[in-house]
Amino acid sequence: MITKRIIPCLDVKDGRVVKGVNFEGLSDVSSPVQLAKMYSDLGADELVFYDITASVEGRKLFTDILTEVAKTIFIPLTVGGGINTVADFDRVLKCGADKVSVNSGAIKNPDLIYEAAKLYGNQCVVISADVKRVDGVFRVFAKGGRENTGMEAIEWIKRCVDNGAGEVVLNSIDTDGVKQGFDLPMLEAVLNAVNVPVIASGGAGSISDFVKLFKTLPSVDAGLAASIFHFGEIKIADLKKTLKENNIPVRI
Amino acid sequence: MVAIVDYGVGNLFSLKSSLEAIGVDAVVTGDAKEIENAERIILPGVGAFSDAAKKLNETGLGTVIISEAKKGKPVMGICLGMQLLLEKSFEYGEHIGLGLIPGEIRYIGDVIPKDLKIPHIGWNSLKFVGEKSRIFKYLNEGDYVYFVHSYHAQNCPNVTAVSEYGGKLVAAVGKNNVYGCQFHPEKSGEVGLKILKAFCETEE
Repeated sequence: MITKRIIPCLDVKDGRVVKGVNFEGLSDVSSPVQLAKMYSDLGADELVFYDITASVEGRKLFTDILTEVAKTIFIPLTVGGGINTVADFDRVLKCGADKVSVNSGAIKNPDLIYEAAKLYGNQCVVISADVKRVDGVFRVFAKGGRENTGMEAIEWIKRCVDNGAGEVVLNSIDTDGVKQGFDLPMLEAVLNAVNVPVIASGGAGSISDFVKLFKTLPSVDAGLAASIFHFGEIKIADLKKTLKENNIPVRI
Repeated sequence: MVAIVDYGVGNLFSLKSSLEAIGVDAVVTGDAKEIENAERIILPGVGAFSDAAKKLNETGLGTVIISEAKKGKPVMGICLGMQLLLEKSFEYGEHIGLGLIPGEIRYIGDVIPKDLKIPHIGWNSLKFVGEKSRIFKYLNEGDYVYFVHSYHAQNCPNVTAVSEYGGKLVAAVGKNNVYGCQFHPEKSGEVGLKILKAFCETEE
């Protein structure tokens, strides 16, 4: 039986893992390689690395770290951040990434998803969308959640999937960092619109938030979180044990 | 030495690293001599069957793999590499494979309910079929492995494992010294490493 995936997300800047609350006020957490190894050993089903570096040197450091992670950890790795061209896909895939997540890059260049899917397959292309309610409408935000693109989010995600994105990471800006649970209404709207795996992101504060996510929306494929894992507020082993006790299929 | 066949399809970094992690020397190569000199061959691959089959044909590496397998050298195909071991595929048309294992590659949508998502992505458990394959000697029934695929083997008498996804998906095949995994051992954590280790211990 296919299992629900638990995915820690590591935001990497200048070679270190950081995590912002509502995308602002970053605080240093730990070494990406050490954290990745720890998560893999504890039972994480997949890892996401976001490169939030702006500089060229930082980018080089990121690919070096990615290479080191891929040498020691044998679970799927998704990489995002600064993916604007097919050459960026190539750069991170060569370092051991399995999937590449696009966000602002796809907003700037809508052909990027189509071109990358044609070259590397749909399974390789993940659309990551930062979505926030504005006057009751789901809107797509760019640049790490700072800029309202004005686009309606469900239409946008659907278009990305039609163009070849094989997976969706839905990050609700409204619930991100608030730790009161995932954004179930927003997720439901996306699940109704597409038939590819959907990963819930933003808002997890406790184990029960994950139980509620998978119980309420059984077609959600995975739950993603960062700080609650990094700071040890939720232990992955405990989380999976509780999910199993609630009859949610997980890999233990 | 294990030869990981490089024919311009897919990312081979993780596969090479996973073999190194279990202490096995591996070389990523598209050189016929090097493949002939290796003790074992792994045929990886992602993407479309027709493109990959064409590349194996154009480079002549398909012929090398067939002749080495027929001499008894252990060969393992992974994901699309597994599909290429069979006789043919019906992915966008009809395409000829290496024919080392009887059977064909069909869309998984034919055997699962309409509302399930395709591709089949994620961790699923293995159910062994028939005599336990040698590559599963360190595994237990129900161990989880990582899948990403939309097609699988059908009409194949050499299925060694299946996974449940609304219907039975073929997870692995094997015939004598030729093995195939639809999932990715190099992305299946400790379980995957145990499969690679067992493959590297198989005799001709």
